[in-house]
Amino acid sequence: MFQRFFRREQNDEAQDKKLEASVKKTRSSFFGRIAVLLHRTEITDELWDELEDLLISADVGVGTTEDLLETMRARFRRGEFRTGDELESALQAELVDLLRAPAKDDQPLLEDNLTVVLMIGVNGVGKTTTIAKLGNYLRSQGRQVMLAAGDTFRAAGVEQLEIWADRIQLPCVGSQTGADPGSVVYDAVAAAKARGLDTVLVDTAGRLHTKTNLMEELRKVRRIVDRQSVSSRSLLVLDATTGQNAIIQARSFAEAAGLDGIVVTKLDGTAKGGVVFSIVRELGAPVLFIGTGEAIDDFSPFDPEAFVAALFAEEGDES
Amino acid sequence: MFESLSERLQGVFDQLGRKGKLTEKDVDEALRQVRLALLEADVNFRVVRDFVARVRERAIGVEVLQSLSPSQQVVKIVNEQLLELLGEPARLATAPAPPTVIMLVGLQGSGKTTTSAKLAVHMKKQGSQPLLVAADPYRPAAVTQLQILGKQIEVPVYSESGAAPPDVCAAAVRQARINGQSTVILDTAGRLHVDEDLMNELLEIKRKTSPTEILLVADAMSGQDAVKVAQEFQERIGITGLILTKLDGDTRGGAALSVRQVSGVPIKFVGVGERTDALEPFHPDRMASRILGMGDVLSLIERAQENFDEQRVLELQKKMKSNTFDLEDFLDQMRQLRKMGPLSQIMDMIPGMSKAMKQGGGDAALQEKELKQIEAIILSMTPHERHHPEVIGGSRRRRIARGSGTTTANVNQLLSQFRQAQQMMKMMAGGKIPKGMAGLFR
Repeated sequence: MFQRFFRREQNDEAQDKKLEASVKKTRSSFFGRIAVLLHRTEITDELWDELEDLLISADVGVGTTEDLLETMRARFRRGEFRTGDELESALQAELVDLLRAPAKDDQPLLEDNLTVVLMIGVNGVGKTTTIAKLGNYLRSQGRQVMLAAGDTFRAAGVEQLEIWADRIQLPCVGSQTGADPGSVVYDAVAAAKARGLDTVLVDTAGRLHTKTNLMEELRKVRRIVDRQSVSSRSLLVLDATTGQNAIIQARSFAEAAGLDGIVVTKLDGTAKGGVVFSIVRELGAPVLFIGTGEAIDDFSPFDPEAFVAALFAEEGDES
Repeated sequence: MFESLSERLQGVFDQLGRKGKLTEKDVDEALRQVRLALLEADVNFRVVRDFVARVRERAIGVEVLQSLSPSQQVVKIVNEQLLELLGEPARLATAPAPPTVIMLVGLQGSGKTTTSAKLAVHMKKQGSQPLLVAADPYRPAAVTQLQILGKQIEVPVYSESGAAPPDVCAAAVRQARINGQSTVILDTAGRLHVDEDLMNELLEIKRKTSPTEILLVADAMSGQDAVKVAQEFQERIGITGLILTKLDGDTRGGAALSVRQVSGVPIKFVGVGERTDALEPFHPDRMASRILGMGDVLSLIERAQENFDEQRVLELQKKMKSNTFDLEDFLDQMRQLRKMGPLSQIMDMIPGMSKAMKQGGGDAALQEKELKQIEAIILSMTPHERHHPEVIGGSRRRRIARGSGTTTANVNQLLSQFRQAQQMMKMMAGGKIPKGMAGLFR
């Protein structure tokens, strides 16, 4: 259901171009090379090896890469395709299929009633910036949004979100550094209810998933949200430059606070977030949004087909 | 940090251990596992390729085939190669004239600001007066963040609102010079290595401040792209060192291996927490042993070392029998002894030596000092003198004493100890095993 809600509009060409441009940078890197070498007609052993190298170098991960290539090899043996071009199309389709989230698809991110979304993740991934972007985006989609500055640990963590809130003119519930994050949630929900808002986005402090006390704190915060008679969600923010540790991170955060969706950030760099394939595959959680820069509009709902197509697009290809 | 990788490699080496003598096929199979383990650990795939090739080259060769326990040799080789990849520990450089300017650069979210504060704490401990510079005007509350940290650690923070970072940095350095602050730490804004404008800004900062150190702050959980980032920063700006952050997580940390290898730049520090005291110098040997695991595999390596030494002792026995034990062998034994540590059985072998060690109260540092002295003396000898110590008369002894920075009394003592050891060898060669030596030849 949320797919309909979040699918990009037909006329949102500016966003399309932006995504394409930002992802275009990769074409001379990993996936671009796949596209180039796949245009040979023959499918040789060497080609499979090169494919493996390219996928691994894109952080797809050894396990997923091997499964993927084994599937392609089996299909090749069955005679489903013969040329490099055909292999490319089949590979694209396979990657898109991987990205389509099972089960969680039917649950919308936001309900009609007050929905509280916890933004969670390790240090430095871009949670605070993403909240601002998401808040701004949801408001443009008609939601009544409030932000909650729940990073009460990091120096100037609260101020950072407050500055964003001021820039984009969204209400923000602040607190003091050192305050209990649970109480920030409590206050934000009360304020949202009083003002008749339907969306609260809660920033949390970055934390390594290996810190048991911090994960316990997160569990507690999620429990507090759950008890507020609101719809509660957790969105994991992942840095696209992260390697295979992202999978473990996602698993740990999911266990502690639930996992209703993923946002992949910093996709404007040269890392193309290949770990996304492994995470969706292993956790069955959908990628909902991507971040492509530090500006408020560097943000898009996740569209697997557009994402994979852009990765495989040839240099100079305008489609 | 490397625990999962080390578990995986441990599994490989356990397998190897049970197979006995290794064929080429076995080595290849083992290396296939090693390759997988390293890739899963986020080591860059090209670095893995080179690593595996190098280990293979050394493992399939005379060394492995001749050895009594080839599997242990492979473990040893992998460990040595990992150590080589991680490189030597390196220290922070100081400028010939203060202030020393340290510039921190890196991607967004890598931990530059926290690391800046940590570095300031580190410099303070070393007796320096650091000045932190808030050179990030872009990120909301970035300056505030550094100011708050500065207050916490009682280090001044320089900032200027509305000014461009290169000017801010230049002004800060000027102020530091005037105020007698010996270190200036520039906390620059996070940026992409592919952002032309921001990379040029870094060049401008560099031009205006002539930093002694340009340290790339990199997240230890980075994937394959880490090498590209390091390469780009190296090529565009020129970096002098790396700081790896967030090592208190459970990332396998392969980026540490690859970035070091590919950028040619040493890792100088690692960040191991969010607090301002959570900065440690980089210990490559600790990292390597973490990759291989502390448990079974390390004892495997130890056993390999013992085996190797046992072979050397057997060779030594041969020499003793043919009466060719000379000062080279003596030096060799001294070095073996040092490697094994003060509890080694071989210590008891050397009359006079062990007494001196015991007199030192078993103090490891003292023993090390004595060993170093012996080493220096023997190295000041010519090869001929080492093979035929009987020719070492008065003038030679004086020369050797001078060359090794010791006294002729020290040289005399060593030669007398050596003669006693020689006699001991003769006894052993003659079938009389002195007490304490028996275990050595099992």
